[in-house]
Amino acid sequence: MSRSTRWLWSAAILAYAFLYIPLAIVVMYSFNDSRLNAEWVGFTLFWYEALLNNKEMLLAARNSLIIALSASFSATLLGTMAGLAIHRYKLKVLPVLVFTPVAMPEILLGVSLLLFFLQVLNLTLGMISIIIAHTTFCIGFVAVIVRARLQGMDESIFEAARDLGASPWQTFRLITLPLIMPAVVAGALMSFTLSIDDFVITFFTKGVGEPILPIQIYTMIKVAVTPEVNAVSTLLMLLTLIMIIIAGKLEARNMEAAGGEAGK
Amino acid sequence: MTKKAEQGRTEGRAEERAEVGIKERTARQRMAKFFVAGPPLVFLTVFFVVPSLIMIATSFRFPGEFGGLAPIAAPVVSAHVSQGLEYGFTLEAYQFFFSDILYAKIFLKSFAVAAATTLICLVMAYPLALLISRSKKHLRNLMVLLVVLPFASNFLIRIYAWMIILGPESGLSYFINAVLGALGITPITLLFSPFAVLVGMVYVHLPFMVLPLYTNLEKHDPALLDAAQDLGATRWQRFWRVTWPLSLPGVFSGAALVFIPVLGMFAVPDILGGTGDILIGNLIKDQFLGTRDWPFGSVLAIMLTLAVLAIAGLAAWFARSAVGQRAT
Repeated sequence: MSRSTRWLWSAAILAYAFLYIPLAIVVMYSFNDSRLNAEWVGFTLFWYEALLNNKEMLLAARNSLIIALSASFSATLLGTMAGLAIHRYKLKVLPVLVFTPVAMPEILLGVSLLLFFLQVLNLTLGMISIIIAHTTFCIGFVAVIVRARLQGMDESIFEAARDLGASPWQTFRLITLPLIMPAVVAGALMSFTLSIDDFVITFFTKGVGEPILPIQIYTMIKVAVTPEVNAVSTLLMLLTLIMIIIAGKLEARNMEAAGGEAGK
Repeated sequence: MTKKAEQGRTEGRAEERAEVGIKERTARQRMAKFFVAGPPLVFLTVFFVVPSLIMIATSFRFPGEFGGLAPIAAPVVSAHVSQGLEYGFTLEAYQFFFSDILYAKIFLKSFAVAAATTLICLVMAYPLALLISRSKKHLRNLMVLLVVLPFASNFLIRIYAWMIILGPESGLSYFINAVLGALGITPITLLFSPFAVLVGMVYVHLPFMVLPLYTNLEKHDPALLDAAQDLGATRWQRFWRVTWPLSLPGVFSGAALVFIPVLGMFAVPDILGGTGDILIGNLIKDQFLGTRDWPFGSVLAIMLTLAVLAIAGLAAWFARSAVGQRAT
């Protein structure tokens, strides 16, 4: 190992430690038998038990799940359409509309939607406004993934289908959709994760009323830190980890399929 | 003859049919375009463009008596003509923004925090990205995944983790204060300080810097470094004269990806910062969820948007000129 590689490795290990030690500490303290996040006292599952008896938290988890499922469904539908449209047609406006909400600081979308819901729609803020808000920023992520998949594909397949007399709908259903399916699923998983984790936009569009998971966590952190926060955090990490593993498996299968096609 | 005429007619009809078919097909294609591009276009117009316009309109309004907005027109028939309330459109909120140096200071402070975060992220991310790009192929994906993985855990939890680490009861606090105590310096609190805000900002945004850097560095041709070495360049020269200039587009896109979200961030100062560590994001949040001065909040949001656009434009311009320089 040369001197420069050794130097690089030590810098990289420091960076990885910086990334992982904080999360490891959260997980560790979720099993700690003490009210304080200070020193290790002993192993316990008490905080998970407390969590299971926390009605507000369970309700928040249920609400967040409903929001994430609805938002990821609509974002996947609209995002797939947007990805297809941007790839196939030379559009000027749509790409700007799709990608700007992703690139802006989240607070701007949150604020403008808050004003819009209250002034124009006269909507009482709640689950519906949150679902709409989440859909708005998730569309861009789905569109990026779907478009990337389409860009890697051979256009002649679609032309062939058309020449053989397939209607646009038939071409889509029989050719395009099966081919982009892995990207669609990856986009859906991504939207789900983004939605269930989102704090900033939820914070502005939540209203008062139903408890939502990120807001609940925020209140716990701001008002009274108990190790229950650690337990929720650990469970959420586990959930995202599972989602990532599923997405990774899909991606691997995707790559294999692409490789197989190229091999032929 | 009749047969021939009939034949001619059927041929003609077939041609006609073919023509109709093509026309129908283009009509169908147009329909397809309409169906595919239409729904996202409509959705985003309603829920992104219109709200943005509403925000701009709001910035020219008067604040309402009890927060929110004053009506555009004065109530025509009204028993109580509210005293001192104004209606219609105004530049008041803009005047207010420019009249107090405090807001310019908070904007400047936010820029300073964003710049510092970007710089620290760059210093931490560069060696990591370089190492990943020079690792063996099967290792690369794993190393990139390890960078992204913490990023997938909840945003608030990542900030909260630093509350534990920097908290007064943490091992780190004890250790630092023990060292300071031995040197005869009064103990310090790490949490609720500008330092804590900076650590949190770097932690939340580090992956945004690593990924574009890695994507850029991975494409470099190792033959360039070999050539530089053969020509007698030292290790430092090889980095400074070859790798670094080539990586500038990655540096600029990473910088934009860190700088822009930091500029609008309110959660990190809100959780890790003290009362004095207010940034633009916190100011905006307070206007909407605290004091409820919507016009002024909209002005702040518009100023933030302008700042973001300027930064994004600048980063794109720098990246392009870096590429241009390489070409010449």
